[in-house]
Amino acid sequence: MSLITRNVFRTLVQGSQHVSKGLHTTAVNPDKNVCFAPQSISTLQASKEGHIKCTLIPGDGVGPELVYSVQEVFKAANIPVDFESFFFSEVNPTLSAPLEDVVNSIANNKICIKGILATPDFSHTGELQTLNMKLRNALDLYANVVHVKSLPNVSSRHKDVDCIIIREQTEGEYSALEHESVPGVVECLKIITASKSERIAKFAFDYAVKMGRKKVTAVHKANIMKLGDGLFLRSCEEIAKLYPRIQFEKMIVDNCTMQMVSNPNQFDVMLTPNLYGNIVDNLASGLVGGAGVVAGASYSAECAVFEQGARHIFSGAVGKNIANPTAMLLCSANLLAHVNLHSYSKMIKGAINKVLSDGKVRTKDLGGQSTTKAFTNAIIHCLT
Amino acid sequence: MALRLFSKVRVIPDLRNAAFASSAAAPAELSDFDMQHKSPVIRKQQLIPKAHYGGRHAVTMLPGGGIGPECMGYVRDIFRYIGAPVDFEVVDIDPTMDNDDDVQYAITTIKRNGVGLKGNIETKSEAAYVTSRNVALRNELDMYAYVLHCKSFIGVPTRHKDIDIHIIRQNTEGEYAMLEHESVRGVVESMKVVTASNSERVARFAFEFAKKNGRKKVTTVHKANIMKLSDGLFLETSRRMAEEYPEIEHNDMIIDNCCMQLVAKPHQFDVMLMTNLYGSIVSNVVCGLLGGAGLLSGRNYGDHYAVFEPGTRNTGTAIAGKNIANPIAMINASIDMLEHLGHHFHAGLLRRAVNKTVNIDRVLTPDVGGSNSSSEVVDSIIGNIGKS
Repeated sequence: MSLITRNVFRTLVQGSQHVSKGLHTTAVNPDKNVCFAPQSISTLQASKEGHIKCTLIPGDGVGPELVYSVQEVFKAANIPVDFESFFFSEVNPTLSAPLEDVVNSIANNKICIKGILATPDFSHTGELQTLNMKLRNALDLYANVVHVKSLPNVSSRHKDVDCIIIREQTEGEYSALEHESVPGVVECLKIITASKSERIAKFAFDYAVKMGRKKVTAVHKANIMKLGDGLFLRSCEEIAKLYPRIQFEKMIVDNCTMQMVSNPNQFDVMLTPNLYGNIVDNLASGLVGGAGVVAGASYSAECAVFEQGARHIFSGAVGKNIANPTAMLLCSANLLAHVNLHSYSKMIKGAINKVLSDGKVRTKDLGGQSTTKAFTNAIIHCLT
Repeated sequence: MALRLFSKVRVIPDLRNAAFASSAAAPAELSDFDMQHKSPVIRKQQLIPKAHYGGRHAVTMLPGGGIGPECMGYVRDIFRYIGAPVDFEVVDIDPTMDNDDDVQYAITTIKRNGVGLKGNIETKSEAAYVTSRNVALRNELDMYAYVLHCKSFIGVPTRHKDIDIHIIRQNTEGEYAMLEHESVRGVVESMKVVTASNSERVARFAFEFAKKNGRKKVTTVHKANIMKLSDGLFLETSRRMAEEYPEIEHNDMIIDNCCMQLVAKPHQFDVMLMTNLYGSIVSNVVCGLLGGAGLLSGRNYGDHYAVFEPGTRNTGTAIAGKNIANPIAMINASIDMLEHLGHHFHAGLLRRAVNKTVNIDRVLTPDVGGSNSSSEVVDSIIGNIGKS
């Protein structure tokens, strides 16, 4: 008897899903004026009639589970995006797709959604560059953007945090230049160049202009590294002159982290070199609910790779169905906005906000008991 | 001969400085802006990285006055519809203000974005120290070449058919050097400045342009029979340049004759090269031949920056807000911009739609013999997108 009721219930639910799907298509068609999907995106690689192709890298740890959640949502919302999936991993080199294939795919498709790649603490091959770094350097993905924003009904110490952290990610400490000059003495080179510093500063200010922000804060440690960080700072000052209507200020990284945890609302757009950016990204993510809810993106001149803001593989949760897909879904919404599919993007963001503010379905990291799957289904139900 | 000319020309900037130094009483607080903008010599531009991220471009939009804002609105509607990967940064310039702050800001935004789309900016103030904003913009960004492609629209009834002329105009010096003074009471002198360097740049631009676009002939337009030194230098330079391009035919024509020839037999022209004022006159003549101010789009090029605008530079204040302005010129300018940015797919999409609207469906505004409103034209273009 209970079996029958359950089955009946299930068919009802499926039915309602179909209905919502049908509703959605009719809901999108009327505002066709706003979103001309079929041909607008053909400069991006179009595969099927009017579909965009997007490279997909599930990554390690819980990455595949989160990516699956994104795919489910895309399928349910009937979003015209086809994924080109690559298994890409540093910890599992035998199964990993070759770097060139992945790079070519992203270069062709111009957009990519990417889970987190695990990075071991030691190198099997003696190479100092991690796979992440290789990918960034190959595509020249120099700018990393993390938008840290408080989400509704996610408990955290600070309210209304809303800052954008922009990080240079192709030079600095991540240059993979380390050597042992004498046994027991290791030197690690941090590279700062004027051209790359100017480029990232320009990116940060342009992003601020695009987003209508008022202030850019450069994070540095030029009091100690007078030449390296000094060059970064000077380049930022130089570029800041071109933006008379945006306030520019400087802050030393140690002070910055303290200010961030005590008064995060003072920050608007933050501009950082590589390592400081990494630290500030993670710190700020912690302020608004952790790695599971913060979306990020990396940009080159031509491509955009959408990935989580704080990069944790969460290997402890693999297969347990407890990871929070919010960050990945926000990434996918940002991706849709980037390729001019604004109505779909709004739909997904709306659904996420609704599920979070209802607060009935929440994953473990937000203090609930729901599974990844349940959360994904809740999102799908809220798609309008 | 040429040598003598050069020496004459070299003297001019020095002369000017000397004049300023002696007459300290005159506008004493001449800002850097005034100084720089009045100097016709080539300025060094420092390279700023272009605003191009993740395949999207940032572009400065200066709606300007008159019909500018409404036309820009149409362009944005269309861009949103076709999903062009362009983000506009809108800068409004208050025409009634007497200072140059807004213009300076607009110039800065174009410097950092690299590309601009502009309507015509009004300069309402008639005070002598307030300079024309359009001229300021061109001079400051050192956009020395102006290109106007005059091509007949089949759907627009005109006296001449199948005109296809490229007008290339020196954009930063000549009569627009804005050096005027009253030496004795009742005697006003206006200086026309022609420099060898700028003439050479624009001549090279013209011949390179002809070569790249497979054009056969370049005609230099001048008045060297009267202004033997200034226009003589310009003519001399273009003749010298022509020797480097033997595959392209070169001839010259005096401006008055040129205007007559244009209205009588416009088909003899291919690429036309001229100084600033003649360019202004000739481009308006040709626009008139093709159906008025509302169709053609012009392009300003410098070494680093490009600005796109409607071809004839008038604001159309009288018809602003009446929904009868012709949006085609601004839309054509936006197509040029898309092409410049390398978004050929979107440019082609839009160009075909405009072509269908104007030439096949003949949805036209009153100024080119139609009876439709601006918004009807735009709706028709949007409807034609993707249906070639």
